[in-house]
Amino acid sequence: MNLFAQAFAWLFAPERMEGTYALPTLLGQHLLYTVISVLIAAAIAVPAGWAIGHTGRGREVAVGISGAARAVPSFGLMVLLVLVLGVLRIPEAAVVTFVLLAIPSLLAGAYTGIEAVDRHVIDAARAMGMTEWQVFWKVEMRLGLPLLVGGIRAATLQVIATVTIAAYVNLGGLGWPIIQGIPLRRFEQVLGGAILVALLALLVDLLLALAQRMAVPTGLRTSSRDRSTASVPASS
Amino acid sequence: MIEFRSVAKRFPDGTVAVDDFSLVLPSRQTTVFVGSSGCGKTTLLRMINRMVEPSSGEVEIDGESVLGKDPVALRRSIGYVMQNSGLMPHFTVIDNVATVLRLVGVQKRAAHERARELLEVVGLDLALADRYPSQLSGGQQQRVGVARGLAADPNILLMDEPFGAVDPIVRADLQQELIRLQRDLDKTVVFVTHDIDEAFLLGDQVVILDKGARVIQVGSPSEIIDNPADEFVSAFIGVERGRRALRIKETPHGRVLVDSEGRTQGALVEDGG
Amino acid sequence: MSWVLDNVDLILQLAVVHLRQCVIAILLGSLIALPLGWVAWRYRLVRGPVIVLTGLLYTIPSLALLILMPAVLGYSAISETNLVVALTIYAVAILVRSVADGLDSVDAAVRQAATAMGYGGFRRFWTVDLPLAGPVILAGLRVAAVSTISLATVGILIGVTNLGYLFENGLQRRIVAEVLAGVLAVVVIALVIDLLLMLAGRAIMPWTRASTNATARRVRLPVRAAA
Repeated sequence: MNLFAQAFAWLFAPERMEGTYALPTLLGQHLLYTVISVLIAAAIAVPAGWAIGHTGRGREVAVGISGAARAVPSFGLMVLLVLVLGVLRIPEAAVVTFVLLAIPSLLAGAYTGIEAVDRHVIDAARAMGMTEWQVFWKVEMRLGLPLLVGGIRAATLQVIATVTIAAYVNLGGLGWPIIQGIPLRRFEQVLGGAILVALLALLVDLLLALAQRMAVPTGLRTSSRDRSTASVPASS
Repeated sequence: MIEFRSVAKRFPDGTVAVDDFSLVLPSRQTTVFVGSSGCGKTTLLRMINRMVEPSSGEVEIDGESVLGKDPVALRRSIGYVMQNSGLMPHFTVIDNVATVLRLVGVQKRAAHERARELLEVVGLDLALADRYPSQLSGGQQQRVGVARGLAADPNILLMDEPFGAVDPIVRADLQQELIRLQRDLDKTVVFVTHDIDEAFLLGDQVVILDKGARVIQVGSPSEIIDNPADEFVSAFIGVERGRRALRIKETPHGRVLVDSEGRTQGALVEDGG
Repeated sequence: MSWVLDNVDLILQLAVVHLRQCVIAILLGSLIALPLGWVAWRYRLVRGPVIVLTGLLYTIPSLALLILMPAVLGYSAISETNLVVALTIYAVAILVRSVADGLDSVDAAVRQAATAMGYGGFRRFWTVDLPLAGPVILAGLRVAAVSTISLATVGILIGVTNLGYLFENGLQRRIVAEVLAGVLAVVVIALVIDLLLMLAGRAIMPWTRASTNATARRVRLPVRAAA
């Protein structure tokens, strides 16, 4: 456990707040790359996923993409794109990698969300005279939101993990102390970096888990309190 | 008045749900389509508000073909009550009832006021207004469904096995409630069920259907019981056995009617006595 | 392209190493997840903590886990053991959930019928519960296998050689073909293993082959019995 003491000493040393590789700078880079990539991926994948969910068309393609994407090694894809786009365009190559990796989860979140909505409810919405847009916006989108946020959560964590590895191609981020420290055998620095990355991931996961819970429409939140008050008799 | 003219419906997979169906459904009366699962009765119902488009033929409301109308506007003008209530799980009871009013542009306050009146009409406690459907019993959910169907004061109310998923005691309650409502409101009701007793209880006009929505017999409940069209109808409505096959039995206190099981169903009294 | 032809031996050699590391991790993961998943399913109180804890471990990025686990458990970070342990942890996280969900998916009526016929608890688990939970567990196993195979390449970052070596070496020497060959080799191995698992599932659980169609048909065509 002495190693952990050294790691914390490294983390809280005043030098960690200075220079090009100051921890706040690295954290900022990590978050910036994550947010930008997830936003770009969402702009592409969420409308596409919603369209698939609403129309039911293109579902096989989406399932195929999500399945096959799992087989692609993110580290290899990133190195490949860096070489193809040129070592001078590392940020672009990295962002393209992150976007490609985030798309399957977001696509799946968007279309499974709509797919999971009770068909009776959608049928009733249409039978009451909702337009297709109203059926989507007032019913399918609202009821599918928790699964979409679940997709955002999975995509974000995957990007956070891949940004960590991207320090290997000199992108910066919180992976830098780890990647730079291993060959130099600076294990307190390596462990310090790993602790930060793990904390960041756990914190973001927690926040998005809360967001996912909040995305559940009130009428669908089941708690024992709700059920206990359920039996008010009809007045007739 | 709703009129079906030589309506047919073939689905892309080749199944024929409706094969040449013609019928007039009189205004301000309850017409019940009754038949077993898959006989096409729900398809007929859903053609009235264009949830299903006929492959051929016409459905007319007061002489105007529904195919000439905008489906969204048409559906907003017709009440629809379905099995499993079909309530929006993320809307409160009051918002569920007010949905159609809000869709046609009624202000929220006015829509809620009307929705509250309707909750009383269908016999629901106003304390339930802010609950969500998942917090209600099955019978309460169906009442909300009926209130929602009535919200925009439609002339036509379509009911697709609305009481199919509730237990028999609650169902009997809801059936009586519907009879009372219909006496007050005088809507043109089209009701779909597979329960012949429910059909006879609620229908002014009962339509017995076979596969492909083939009409076996149309008439008032009395006409059908008095004069079943064929063996199938007799068997379906059970005139030869069970509760409807009544015999006279002499007792020390007068004559009573017993069913085929020997259970006493009522006393025989003289007309005008 | 010529690079690939000149280095077929190297690629095959790395693929074998890669596969060995992954198979060990997947087998270990299954051996741990089966009892753990059963406990999580059987004892409601344990379920939450087990799912949350494995879920949290799954949340930690691979590079961080590869550093943290050796620091906590005290073995060398630069070792194949380290990579296999990390991969096993991820596999367990996926599989525990599938085992519990799979056991959930078994029809309670079938379970009761088995008990009523006189099956003992242990025997019933192996002959009724587990086979019927099979399809869900297999789905989880396929996800776990494919992700393990693609994830293993990060081993090269802590100095463990496998197909990930082609990425590191290819980047340093700027050989696109080498990196591409590595990516394709990983994808092909993952998809082949996935296919083999699917076929094995069909062979072991023949009743699942027809069931999707049969259930769909049963739902759509109710018998005309009500009349």
